[in-house]
Amino acid sequence: MVAGMKILIVEDDTDAAGYLVKAFAEAGHVADHARDGLTGYGMASEHPAGEGGYECLIIDRMLPRMDGLTVIKGLREQGLETPVIILSALAQVDDRVKGLRAGGDDYLTKPYAFSELLARVEILARRKSPQVVDTSYVVADLKLDRLSHKVTRGNEEIPLQPREFRLLEYLMQNAGRVVTRTMLLEKVWDYHFDPGTNVIDVHMSRLRGKIDKGQGRPLLHTVRGAGYMVRDGA
Amino acid sequence: MTGLSRLVATTAFKLSLAYMLVAALFAGGLIAYVGASARGLIDAQIGQTLSAQINGLSDQYRIGGLRRLQTIIERRSAQPGSFLFLVQGPGGETLAGNITGLSMGSGAANEAVEATYQRIEDGEGGATSASRAALVKVMQLPGNNRLLVGRDLEERERLNAVLNQAIRWLILALVGFGGVGAFFVARRVLARMDAMTDTTQRIMAGDLSGRLPVSGSGDELDRLAQNLNAMLVRIGELMQGMKEVSDNVAHDLRTPLTRLRNSAEAALRGTSSKAEYRQALARVIEESDGLIGTFNALLMIARAEAGSGADAFKPVDVGALLADVQDMYEPVAEEAGVALTADVPSDLQVDGSRELLSQAIANLIDNALKYGRPKDGAPAIHITAERDGASLRLSVADNGAGIPPELCARAVERFARLDESRTKPGSGLGLSLVAAIAHLHRGQLRLEPGAQGLSQPGLRAVMDLPVLA
Repeated sequence: MVAGMKILIVEDDTDAAGYLVKAFAEAGHVADHARDGLTGYGMASEHPAGEGGYECLIIDRMLPRMDGLTVIKGLREQGLETPVIILSALAQVDDRVKGLRAGGDDYLTKPYAFSELLARVEILARRKSPQVVDTSYVVADLKLDRLSHKVTRGNEEIPLQPREFRLLEYLMQNAGRVVTRTMLLEKVWDYHFDPGTNVIDVHMSRLRGKIDKGQGRPLLHTVRGAGYMVRDGA
Repeated sequence: MTGLSRLVATTAFKLSLAYMLVAALFAGGLIAYVGASARGLIDAQIGQTLSAQINGLSDQYRIGGLRRLQTIIERRSAQPGSFLFLVQGPGGETLAGNITGLSMGSGAANEAVEATYQRIEDGEGGATSASRAALVKVMQLPGNNRLLVGRDLEERERLNAVLNQAIRWLILALVGFGGVGAFFVARRVLARMDAMTDTTQRIMAGDLSGRLPVSGSGDELDRLAQNLNAMLVRIGELMQGMKEVSDNVAHDLRTPLTRLRNSAEAALRGTSSKAEYRQALARVIEESDGLIGTFNALLMIARAEAGSGADAFKPVDVGALLADVQDMYEPVAEEAGVALTADVPSDLQVDGSRELLSQAIANLIDNALKYGRPKDGAPAIHITAERDGASLRLSVADNGAGIPPELCARAVERFARLDESRTKPGSGLGLSLVAAIAHLHRGQLRLEPGAQGLSQPGLRAVMDLPVLA
């Protein structure tokens, strides 16, 4: 899994924040809590990532003393590039756009499942570490070439539909990390609504049939109650 | 305010008065102009006759001297309605004539000049009339005598008097009729306005069934009343809709809330095993997810119906949009044994939200997958997009049992679920969300029987959207 991270939660609901701090601790991370925008702004700018500071900021949109978006804008103007996840009760597409435009890296609508938040935090924090554009991903004997759009398992080429290729690409880019159904919908289809039924699961079982079928060890795993993960080993 | 002051304060009254004033000024001006013209004409005519007279008399003087002139003047003075004559000697003494006390205004020679005079009455005693106005002309005779010929201006004065009186009567009549007319017009308008105000006050007090009175004359007040009535009908519908929605919200949110509370309560009661606690908590999460879904759908419908989000519309490629949605549902359909096909021409664009339109199509496909299965034969869903004039027709058709035409309209309503028991899964909001999205895109959703391109008639959901020119 992901090594322990330092996370700052800026949230005025202390019950919710306390729950998050505890849940992150159980997942092996250290989370601090700031109760209002101004305090959060101070803590985030005094402890930047890379110097033992916060590696991810979780910021509520509506905060006392300083609005969440203002906090993010201020931090970005300072040159702070710590990944930011915005938590908000505002769920419309234009609210999301506003949040991302202010400098947020991801946007999660309340109420959310903790597994969703955790997955996003772990993927965001990794993404911001050395930005290398990989041309290929390798997990065990599964190889995905982004340039030639070829996927091979062992020595055998696996023909994939374009959409299946993008699903696998996203999963392998985040190999070893949980990818939720919502994240797949957002990244692969660019949809922010719930398509209902088990649409994503059927896509995944198809993909699994193509890459894991007849193989000794499965690489595409279902993480119960959370999502999916590509990983070598059980 | 008293009744009269309210009447006077009306726009209709003020307008009537203003028109009356303008009409009076105009009519008065016209009469004055006619009077002045007539006067000028009369003066000119008098001037001409005076010239003729004076020339004739001066000829007689030249022929027969003063004596002859005196005789002629005496003779002519005796005629009724005669001219005025006066012959003066070099010292200004009267030598002949029928007038006295002449006082002349200034004027150029050979021009007729206004003057006042007194007429010498017939008979001895030198009685004179009152001072009167006349137009006179003067001629210097040889021998330093002066001849004056004049004409009484009584006729002209009479005309003046007639015209002045006409102006007075006219203004009096206009003010009278105008005032009375303004009063009645204002009273009529005020009565209708009062009726409208009464109705609106009743409506404001909560009686939405009230309607503004329409007189049937088709005038602007009627049109206003008709439009306001149409607005009231619409508001009434919305209120009715709100009421139904709140009833349904109560049902659709309270039921799962009750289940949620019950399962938490049941887990707390007595001594449950750890596994039982976990099971109860999992149920609680499942119920709350369902609640969140219903809640989100309600919010989205409310926002879409309020027109929120239309400002962020961009041109959307319909073909690509439908291909994406089809691509997403294709594996699900295949697993369910449903043939999902699409017939979409390229380069069709609408102004809208890709996200919302995708969600609408996704909801329609989801519905077709859930409810559109035929009793026998292979299930199929067919998506089409076609241009029809200025509108784009998006449709999702299945070959299931369909729904009776009379229920088609009801199915689009919020929370409508055609099985009254509400046992099949679903919040009952899917179609109303599609309808709200269509509405937000200035289009509409309708359901119709008959599936295009499929073997059996089923249900066809059609969204008509205005196409991007």
